[in-house]
Amino acid sequence: MPLIDLKDIHFGYPGLDPVLQGVSLQLHRGDRLSIIGPNGAGKSTLLKIIMGLLTPSSGVVTAFGKTCVVETDFHEMRRRVGFVFQDADDQLFCPTVAEDVAFGPLNLGKSKSEALAIVDSVLSRLELLHLRDRVTHKLSGGEKRLVTLATVLAMEPEVLILDEPTNALDPDNYARLCTILAGLEQAVLLVSHDPEFRKKVAPIGYELAERRLIRI
Amino acid sequence: MTYVLSDGNDSLDGFAGIRAKVTTLDPRMRIVMTALYAVVVVSLSSLWVLTAALGLSLSLLALSGLPPRKTLKRMAMMDSFIIFMLLLLPFTMPGDPFFSLWGLQASWQGLWRAVEIALTANAVILAVMTLVGTMEPVTMGHALFALKTPERLVHLMMFTIRYIDVLREEYQRLRTSMKLRGFRPGTNWHTYRTFGYLVGMMLVRAIERSERILAAMKCRGFCGRIVLLEEFRMRRADLLFALALGAALAILIHAEVSYAAH
Repeated sequence: MPLIDLKDIHFGYPGLDPVLQGVSLQLHRGDRLSIIGPNGAGKSTLLKIIMGLLTPSSGVVTAFGKTCVVETDFHEMRRRVGFVFQDADDQLFCPTVAEDVAFGPLNLGKSKSEALAIVDSVLSRLELLHLRDRVTHKLSGGEKRLVTLATVLAMEPEVLILDEPTNALDPDNYARLCTILAGLEQAVLLVSHDPEFRKKVAPIGYELAERRLIRI
Repeated sequence: MTYVLSDGNDSLDGFAGIRAKVTTLDPRMRIVMTALYAVVVVSLSSLWVLTAALGLSLSLLALSGLPPRKTLKRMAMMDSFIIFMLLLLPFTMPGDPFFSLWGLQASWQGLWRAVEIALTANAVILAVMTLVGTMEPVTMGHALFALKTPERLVHLMMFTIRYIDVLREEYQRLRTSMKLRGFRPGTNWHTYRTFGYLVGMMLVRAIERSERILAAMKCRGFCGRIVLLEEFRMRRADLLFALALGAALAILIHAEVSYAAH
């Protein structure tokens, strides 16, 4: 059974040309897939459809064996799929790093002390413990990126979806991100324009071109 | 908005960066006591008692460990907002004439009322600055939440704290790019239109950003409630401080009542 299964997805923004026409994708346990495609091809749109943030005009999204149609169907799957956004500022909305990392676990119904324990373990696993009490908007771009990853990993997802994670990273943080991602056991779905990064994290995958997804 | 649109690089936190002595006290207690203090001082009317209240505020300032000069300067900034009202008050309040200027009569009653308002305003603002102004904005949000302020208001405040800098950076990026393309503000339609575009662009971006933030929150299982982590504890020092300030307020009330009885 695939973890995520898209069948024949069609989608278009209102008043514009269709973006996706008959897109299908399967992500299995242990898979590391990348999606490539030119700017504006609909890669981010596709990821949003997977997460239920956009509703396709036709087609079926199945996650963990369950068909997801309405918002409440996606609540359960979002607990098991971690999504790292393109812009770290969109994701880090709490005043401090610790609170932001704890946000997900608290939403999963963990108690405050359990959440704090998760914060410490995740941050120390990613060697970010020194950022624990820092104010999120004062972090550097690279630190923000690594912290967003921590906020998502704190929920212990089974699938990790990354949208352009290497944007604006210096070589040091770039290397750290590679090492962290290489050590993860989660299935990964990656959108990235960076061929070297794809080679390290998710060498095989799909190409999104002319509104369709082609296996490469 | 004035803050967002100002070019200065002043820190948003104000005094919060200064490690004053009062910052070790429980923020909830500080907020409650400040509110109580404000209510008591506003209800006082005798000038002597009000002077004593200002003295109390000054001693709070001395105890707090804030830089006195800078703090008093800030207090004076607040005065500039009410100075015109105070200056006009003697001329607008009827009563016994005190002097006349260009045929306008100033009254003693008006003068005393102006002094009363000035004393009240300064005593309260000074207390607010020393007790509440020393708090990190985030801590204040948490304390308000702990004091059962409506959750939505607290979240609104927390989001403002988090994103005002992002908005400011966005504004400054746009402003720099305008400058680099030779834009010089003047008194002409081009300038007005350009600033209109700038504000409009910032609004559009802010709305889009808020949508992306909500999406990111949903992806982490958000369903309408944010749980805050921080917990506060009342210690002995907090209790002592609250008692001492409470006693001082009781003395002020007592003085006011006995003054009124005469």
